[in-house]
Amino acid sequence: MHVRLGHDEKTVVSLTMDKGVKQRFHRLGSSPYFYDASARWAIWLAVPAVICIAYAVIAGLVYVPPDYQQGDVFRILYIHVPSAWLSLFGYTAMAVAGVVALVWRLKLAEIFIAAAAPVGASFTFLALVTGAIWGEPTWGTYWVWDARLTSELILLFLYLGVIALHRSIASPRAAGRACALLSIVGVINVPIIHYSVVWWTTLHQGATLGLTGGSNMDADMLWPLLAGALGFTCLFGWLTLWGMRVQLLWRERRSRWVMKRIAHG
Amino acid sequence: MTRTRRRRLLLVTCLLVGLSGACALMLTAFKQDMLYFHEPSAIAAGNVPINTRFRVGGLVATGSVERPGNGLSVHFAISDCHATVPVRYRGTLPDLFREGQGVIAYGKLDGRGAFVADRILAKHDSTYMSPDTARALNAGTSDACMPANMQASR
Amino acid sequence: MADWASFWAMGGYASYVWSAYGIAAAVITLNVVLPVWYHRGLKRRIRRGAFIDD
Repeated sequence: MHVRLGHDEKTVVSLTMDKGVKQRFHRLGSSPYFYDASARWAIWLAVPAVICIAYAVIAGLVYVPPDYQQGDVFRILYIHVPSAWLSLFGYTAMAVAGVVALVWRLKLAEIFIAAAAPVGASFTFLALVTGAIWGEPTWGTYWVWDARLTSELILLFLYLGVIALHRSIASPRAAGRACALLSIVGVINVPIIHYSVVWWTTLHQGATLGLTGGSNMDADMLWPLLAGALGFTCLFGWLTLWGMRVQLLWRERRSRWVMKRIAHG
Repeated sequence: MTRTRRRRLLLVTCLLVGLSGACALMLTAFKQDMLYFHEPSAIAAGNVPINTRFRVGGLVATGSVERPGNGLSVHFAISDCHATVPVRYRGTLPDLFREGQGVIAYGKLDGRGAFVADRILAKHDSTYMSPDTARALNAGTSDACMPANMQASR
Repeated sequence: MADWASFWAMGGYASYVWSAYGIAAAVITLNVVLPVWYHRGLKRRIRRGAFIDD
């Protein structure tokens, strides 16, 4: 089998090697490969992110007509809904990575969780803040303790909890496992947030974007919103990939491949 | 998949299933407390605590808005198709307050079955359209016969 | 856009719309810039040999 250690040091590991050695080689080999390859992958996320978000913002601010009831304040939707979507998507992705990290002990899954948490927390914060700014003129209040707003606030605390847990445990493997566990446990909040507007009476309205049922939006209002959600998702991928590279470099700062690439590169 | 991995996957699955079960039970137990507002039919059915402050949510009944006196006071009715609650309020109203619109009133029931509100919030649905489309659909004059929580799925 | 003044006014909701977009721009910029800075600093420290034990 081939284990890629980089362009210059491709090595063939014999299948006759015993299992422990083979696994260690595989693990050692995957880090420099990921570090190099992810720099190339990033462009495929950055370009669509910039294009989609630019289209969504320009269309949302300029070309989309004002809402028949709310007027121009509804343009906050083009930030608020993609941020809220990303807050749920990000945590779900972290939970999936958590399962992979706990069951397969894949180091990159642990690193993904550590890198995604600050990005997810940022967009959860954005969803809450833009929602409050939007709520003041339309509802008549910045904040209420209804089921939707409260559960989204709990999501922010879960993200912050993962970040704090990661920082407070010195051993990277132990920190990775603890964060994986918290990601899996906390994912129960995701369906609660999504269905809160159905299960309970809330001040917040129902979902704008749904997998089932047509959305109640004019098509020329809807396309920029979908582009915004896609653009934010690509942005999340891009930011998380960069965060993973930095995390990887930090975790393996004493290893030979890091020395080779950075110190002599 | 090796045996250890299968065991770990089973453990994680059990954890997730157990936790969701506990959450589901808890949320069912708290169902009433998690409601941000009560609908007029719940009040008519006597499912709402008396002598305490609570919130009523529904649509402002069409043709019910009156402004007696100097204009700061407003009388209207909140309806959810099955029942109607008369509301008295004095103060400023949010931009979206109008007949047929979803609102939530904070306050108490008085002795004669009227709701005395000290705060009004507007609720809106997830329908967004341009003024032109709205004119074409003749929207804005929505039917006041829709529970406030169901507006989203219209 | 025919009229820039009315564009900036946002139908009377200027403070709400522009503050929401401004905060979003600030948060996204921080998310892009901070990892790049940290990455640079980390590489500099590695080059200086800050993590070599002996």
